[in-house]
Amino acid sequence: MIPLVQPALRHGLLGLTRLLVGARASWEGCAPADVPRIYFANHTSHLDTLAVMAALPAELRARTHPVAALDYWGGSALRRAVAVGCLNALLVDRTGKATAEVMDAMAAVLESGQSLILFPEGTRGDGTVAPFKSGLYHLARRVPAAELVPVFIENLHRVMPKGMPLLVPLICTMRFGAPLPPVDGEDKAAFLQRAREALVSLSQPKSQSASQPASQRTAQ
Amino acid sequence: MSIVTNTDPLFLWLAGGTLALLTVATVIGAVLARRVQTPAGRDTVRNLNARIRSWWVMVALFAAAMLLGSVVTLVLFALLSYLALREFITLTPTRRGDHAGLFLSFFVVVPLQYWLIGIGWYGLFSIFIPVYVFMALPSLSVLGADTTDFLTRTAKAQWGLMLAVYCTSHAPALLWLDIPGYRLPSALLLLYLMTVAQLSDVFQYVFGKLWGKTRLSPGISPSKTVEGLVGGGLTAVAIGTGLHVITPFSPLQAAGMSLVIVTAGFFGGFVLSAMKRDLGVKDWGTLIEGHGGVLDRLDSVVFSAPLFFHLTRYWFT
Repeated sequence: MIPLVQPALRHGLLGLTRLLVGARASWEGCAPADVPRIYFANHTSHLDTLAVMAALPAELRARTHPVAALDYWGGSALRRAVAVGCLNALLVDRTGKATAEVMDAMAAVLESGQSLILFPEGTRGDGTVAPFKSGLYHLARRVPAAELVPVFIENLHRVMPKGMPLLVPLICTMRFGAPLPPVDGEDKAAFLQRAREALVSLSQPKSQSASQPASQRTAQ
Repeated sequence: MSIVTNTDPLFLWLAGGTLALLTVATVIGAVLARRVQTPAGRDTVRNLNARIRSWWVMVALFAAAMLLGSVVTLVLFALLSYLALREFITLTPTRRGDHAGLFLSFFVVVPLQYWLIGIGWYGLFSIFIPVYVFMALPSLSVLGADTTDFLTRTAKAQWGLMLAVYCTSHAPALLWLDIPGYRLPSALLLLYLMTVAQLSDVFQYVFGKLWGKTRLSPGISPSKTVEGLVGGGLTAVAIGTGLHVITPFSPLQAAGMSLVIVTAGFFGGFVLSAMKRDLGVKDWGTLIEGHGGVLDRLDSVVFSAPLFFHLTRYWFT
């Protein structure tokens, strides 16, 4: 691809994301910082990755890599150009055939001082947070220096509910929570439970800013 | 229809007056920031200076759109309607069955409403949303076969369209009014409406902060005071009367029009505040630093634009 096209496409995509869903960042438990982090977020729609990337400050965005499915995003030259070229995505095989290679690739990003965005539910939800898959646990054990930052994506499931081809523009806020503190000797199930609870607790907004308490009541 | 008449003295007066007002506000803000002592005062001054900074941006955007012509102005207002509707629907409970109707509201109704203004089809512009869209939306929702909160959902979506799109679109529609004997560009009518409505808000804030004692309605809008309303409203009417030179109105007519804009603007802000209290939020959004969302800044225009448009159209065209 021509060198100038990808930055232009990236700005276009991020600008369009902001025009549609606002993509406001709310740093509630930590400040933006250039340290290796695993941002783990609830998976609500196809726009999740773009929305989290748009919410990050530009200098952090350049050093953050969303983890995306190889079978979909590697499927065509265009998709690969968008995912890898524009959004720095790390494409991983999720069939389970190459688990070791996937773990090596993700660990390499963190060890180089950069960050990852993961969606540990593995599948898109309907506004509730599903149980986490175990990848987050293994990655956290492999790279203990990386901060585990929960990111609750608010409202995005209302923008593009599962099975709906149409999109309704609503203001979505990314709530960045406090990094998960390490606990010695914690087993896999307990860790995944604790990580999920950290994410769920972010869904109840503390500050009264542009929060959506009323809308959440009957939105399900 | 653009008001680029470059060295026209009227244009220089308007531009100079606006710049002078913003500069005075900026200087006062800077002086207050140095003098303020208490923590509460510091918060107020910080918010005041954020508001003033945002005013520079809003005035620059509005001026640029007007100078670039009526189509650009129309596009700016269409974008404001889209953003205001997004704020409204974000805070409103919706269900799966509303999805198709909401999609159409954002991506079909908003552009169509402004397109009807642009092609000058007044007859359809004035009934498109309240007749056709208001029947189409519940018809689409009812196909979802979900009766939970059906009346509430329908009413809220319709109110959102009414305020954010239908009412707001009457402001740029002023540019398409053809007033016999009015030699100035009709963009000045839009400028008149926006100036009187927004200065009324600004002076109500200033009078309220300086001399406000009697709370008007603490349960709905804690910052509104009787002193602010009377002082700010009368100042805005006085300015609106003086600005009759840019309108087809006589000074007395201009005073009457300003009084309508100020009164409607007050109730617009008041009604939208009551809605915010009902929804449990302080502001409609966060897009405009110091002010809140687009609807927080447009709330006074929302009610005054259709009234000003129809009074002008009925008596002067």
